Amino acid sequence: MSDFFQLVIAGLATGAIYALAAIGFTLLWQTSQTINFAQGEFVMLPAFFALAAMKFFGFPFWAACLTSIVVAVLLLGMVFKVVVVDPMLKQGVLPLVISTIALGILLKEGAKDFYSAEAQPFPYIFPDVMVELAGIRLSLSQVGVMVIAFAVIVALQWFLGRTRTGRQMQATAQNPTVARILGVPVERMIMYTFLINAGLAAMASLLISPIYLAKFSNGEHLGLAAFVAAIVGGFNQVRGAIAGGLLVGIVDNLAAAYVSTGYRQAVPLVLLVLFILFRPQGLLGRKEERAV
Amino acid sequence: MLNSKLAGALVAAGLLASPVAFAQNTIVLPNIIELSGGGATVGTNWKNGVEMAIAEVNAAGGILGKKVEAMVVDTQTNPGVARAAIQKALDDKPLVIFGPIYSGSVKATMQLTADAEVAQIMGGEAGDLTAQGSKYIFRTSFGQNVSMPKLANYLRDGEKAKSVAVVYVNNDFGKGGRDAIIKELGSRNIKVAADVSTEAGQADFAADVIKLKSANADAIFIYLNEEESARFLREAKKQGLNKPMIGETTLLGQKVIDLAGDAANGVKGHVGLTVDAPIPAVQAFGKKFEEKYKYKPDHNGMKGYIAVFMVKAAAEKAGKLDAKAIAAALHGLTITPDKTPGILMEGTWDETGEIDRISFLAEVKDGKQVITQTLPKLKQ
Repeated sequence: MSDFFQLVIAGLATGAIYALAAIGFTLLWQTSQTINFAQGEFVMLPAFFALAAMKFFGFPFWAACLTSIVVAVLLLGMVFKVVVVDPMLKQGVLPLVISTIALGILLKEGAKDFYSAEAQPFPYIFPDVMVELAGIRLSLSQVGVMVIAFAVIVALQWFLGRTRTGRQMQATAQNPTVARILGVPVERMIMYTFLINAGLAAMASLLISPIYLAKFSNGEHLGLAAFVAAIVGGFNQVRGAIAGGLLVGIVDNLAAAYVSTGYRQAVPLVLLVLFILFRPQGLLGRKEERAV
Repeated sequence: MLNSKLAGALVAAGLLASPVAFAQNTIVLPNIIELSGGGATVGTNWKNGVEMAIAEVNAAGGILGKKVEAMVVDTQTNPGVARAAIQKALDDKPLVIFGPIYSGSVKATMQLTADAEVAQIMGGEAGDLTAQGSKYIFRTSFGQNVSMPKLANYLRDGEKAKSVAVVYVNNDFGKGGRDAIIKELGSRNIKVAADVSTEAGQADFAADVIKLKSANADAIFIYLNEEESARFLREAKKQGLNKPMIGETTLLGQKVIDLAGDAANGVKGHVGLTVDAPIPAVQAFGKKFEEKYKYKPDHNGMKGYIAVFMVKAAAEKAGKLDAKAIAAALHGLTITPDKTPGILMEGTWDETGEIDRISFLAEVKDGKQVITQTLPKLKQ
C-alpha cells in the first residue's frame, strides 16, 4: 500500500508540472483560439535560458531562474504573440497550427545547435533529502515541486476569479465581442494570457528539468503530456487542465509500475481516446455546441 | 571545341566531387555515429576521440604515408538512418567503417559491412554482436559476454549479495546485458529479486525506483545508457534508495558523474576503459582530450581514439591499403603500446572480433571515478 501511495504522490508531483503546461494550452485556446503545438518546446527552452545565464553571465542559480522567467515571458509570450500568432491567426486556425509546429521544430533544433545536443545537469530547487509525512517517506524535492506547482495554480485561480483584470480575461475568453462592447480591452487581455502562458511554461521548465535533465528533445514528451492533459481535463476550463495534468501524471506512474514501462506512454493516449469517444468535453469541461 | 572543353570541365568537376577521387590522396574514414537523439553523449565522445587520433596520426605521417580524414554522419540514434548511411558510405568503397556505437544500430548494419567485406570498427557491447559469424565486425570495448562474468563475481565476492534487483534499458544493449547478467547470477546461486525494464530515452524513473525499493534486494544492478543512468541515479538519491548500486562502464562514466552530480557517489562496477586507469599513457590521453575539448572524456572517447590506431596497426601489418586485407590483419592481432602508443593499452582481437585486454573495478568517490582493482587479460 505504501508503494501505491508513493507512486500516486510521485505522479501528483509530475502531474502538477504537466498541469502548468496544460493550463497554458487552455488559456491560449480560450482567449485566442490558438492551439500551440510548440508548447512542449516552450517548457523545454527556459531551462536553457537559466543554464545560459549561469554559464555565460555567471549568475547564481536563483538569479538565473528569475532571468529565465523574464526572458521566457518576453520571448515566448510577447514576441510569440506579435510575430507568430497575430499575423497567422488572420489566415485561420490551421495556418497557425502549422506555424506553431514549425516554431516547435525551430526551437528544438535551435537549442541543440546553440547550446548542445547532450543532456545538461540542472540543479534541484529543493534539496533532495527524505522527509516523513504520515508514515510515508517522501523526497523533499518532490514535496517542494508539488507545493510550488500548486501555489502557482492557486495564485492563478485567485487572479482569474478575484481580480478585475482576471475577470476581464475570463470575459474575453467567454465572449470577446460582448466583452469589447462592455469596455474590456480585449487585445490587452489576450496579450496577458500569452504572458501568463509563457510564465507557466517557464515554471514548469524549472521544476521538471532537474528530473528530466535539460535536453533539446524534452519538449516532445512534455508537449504531448500537456496536450493530453488539456483534452482529458477539458480544453475550455482551467480547472479541467489542472485535473487532466494530475490524472495524466498519476496514470503514467501507475502504468509504469503495474503495466509496463514499454506501454506507459501509450496509456495516457488510450485515456485520451476514451475521453474523446465517451466524454468529449473532458473531465471538467463544458459542452459546447456549434451554431449553425 | 567549346563543347569538348565544357565536357572536360564537367568530368573534372565530377571527379573532384567524388569521395573516391578524393580518397586517392587521402584515406576517408566514414564515421557513422550517434550525434543526436538518445546517443548524442556517446557519439560526441567517440567523434572527438576519432578527431584527436586522426590529428596525431596525420602529424606522424599518416597511415602508410597517406593522410587520414573522417567523414562524419549522424545516425540520429536511429538504426534505420544508420543502415542507410552505411550503405551510402560503402558505395564509395571505404577502407573501414567506424561506428555505430549503439548495439541496435550495429546489428542493423553489420550484414552490410560483411557483404561488402569491409571491417566495421564499432562501439556496440551487446554480447551477440560477435557471435553471428561476421568476419568484419570488431569491438573497441568488451562485449557483455566478457564483462558480465566479472561483474557477477564482484556481486558474489565483493558485495556478498544473495539477491540482486536488475534494472535495464529495453534495447539491444540493455536486453543483451540483462540476459547475460541473469544467466551469470543464476550460475552463482544469486537470486534475482526484481527484473525491471525501462525505455531508451526515459525521463522519469520515479516508478522504477519505487519498484526497486520494494524488492529489498542486497544490491541493484543497473544497465542503462549514460543519460538514463544519470536520471536514474538522481531519482534513486531523491527517493533514498540506499542499496549498493553496481553496473558497467555506462554507469560509472564521466558523463554520468557530471550529469548525476552527488547522486553518482558510491556507485561501483566494472569498467573496461577509463581515463582514470592507473596507466600513464591513458591518463595522458585524458589530459590531452580535456585540454582540447574542455571536458573529461568517457570510455566512448577512448573507443573512438583507439579505433583509428587499430586501423593504423592493421594497415601496417597488412602492408597495403586494402579493405579485405585490413580486416584479415585485425584477426588475431595484438597491438601493443610500445609499437603503437595510441592504442593506450595492449589489446588482442580474436577471430570473432572480440577484444581482450585488462579491465578495472571502480567506485565513484567525491564525484570522481576511483580504480580499486585491475583485472588481468582473460588470455595471458
